[in-house]
Amino acid sequence: MTGTGVLGAATIAIVVCMGLSLIRSIAGPTVFDRILAVNSFGTKTVLLIALIGYLSGRPDFLDLALVYALMNFVGTVAAMKFTRFGDLAGVEDDDSEEIF
Amino acid sequence: MSDLPGIHLVLFTFLAVIAIAVIRLKDLFAAVMLMGIFSLLSASLFTVMDAVDVAFTEAAVGAGISTILMLATLALTDSEEHPAHNRFRVVPLLAVLATGGALVYATFDMPRYGDPSAPIHHYVAPHYLEHTDDDIGVPNIVTAVLASYRGYDTWGETTVILTACVGVLLLLGGHAVVERFRRTTPGQEDGE
Repeated sequence: MTGTGVLGAATIAIVVCMGLSLIRSIAGPTVFDRILAVNSFGTKTVLLIALIGYLSGRPDFLDLALVYALMNFVGTVAAMKFTRFGDLAGVEDDDSEEIF
Repeated sequence: MSDLPGIHLVLFTFLAVIAIAVIRLKDLFAAVMLMGIFSLLSASLFTVMDAVDVAFTEAAVGAGISTILMLATLALTDSEEHPAHNRFRVVPLLAVLATGGALVYATFDMPRYGDPSAPIHHYVAPHYLEHTDDDIGVPNIVTAVLASYRGYDTWGETTVILTACVGVLLLLGGHAVVERFRRTTPGQEDGE
């Protein structure tokens, strides 16, 4: 029962954090505030799914949370690449960065 | 889910807030980022409602691919909205209200969420549940349905998705990769 209380409190805290990053993503004056807010919101989603999995007695949600974490990372990198280069295949013009 | 009575309400409130913000914002980059959050929230909501596979698809397609496609579009066009018509219009509002009302009215005929006597649970699902162990022998019934009962269907879908992926990759990054290859190839020949 105590475990459920702790998990419930953590879920409420995560939801509050989601609300805060939501405010930042709407209000955020620069592009990078918003990208960071989306990234942080994705992390909160991962944590929320993990917590809900344990709260409802189905820890196999953890696999889903891990896949979300990977997707969140790839998505953030893609968003950064678009902001910096305008396409997904962009690299720095510096010769040391050539991939071929 | 009885363990978390308020979580649906909170997630739906977030969804409504994001939807209104997306409509109100003039900065389209911010709107795209908010749509990504919208998809993640929908995915959480689907997970809470035990539709894990739907949630997974929503996160991959909604938060992943469509955000990237929207950003690719913004990279080619302007990222600031310039509305042509700002004045209030009655007919579109009425059309939206009527459609929304019809959709809400249609939900009254749907079976209650999680109702075991809903038609969807009495079509082929019982057959799969009873025979998967003998027919296929894998513990996960969703996997058995996707990979064996509907194997040809899944095979076709996979082909379609692979073709679409190759096409999108060529459209998005193909040109830049080819250009970079052309630029660097003479340098490599000089080095030899």
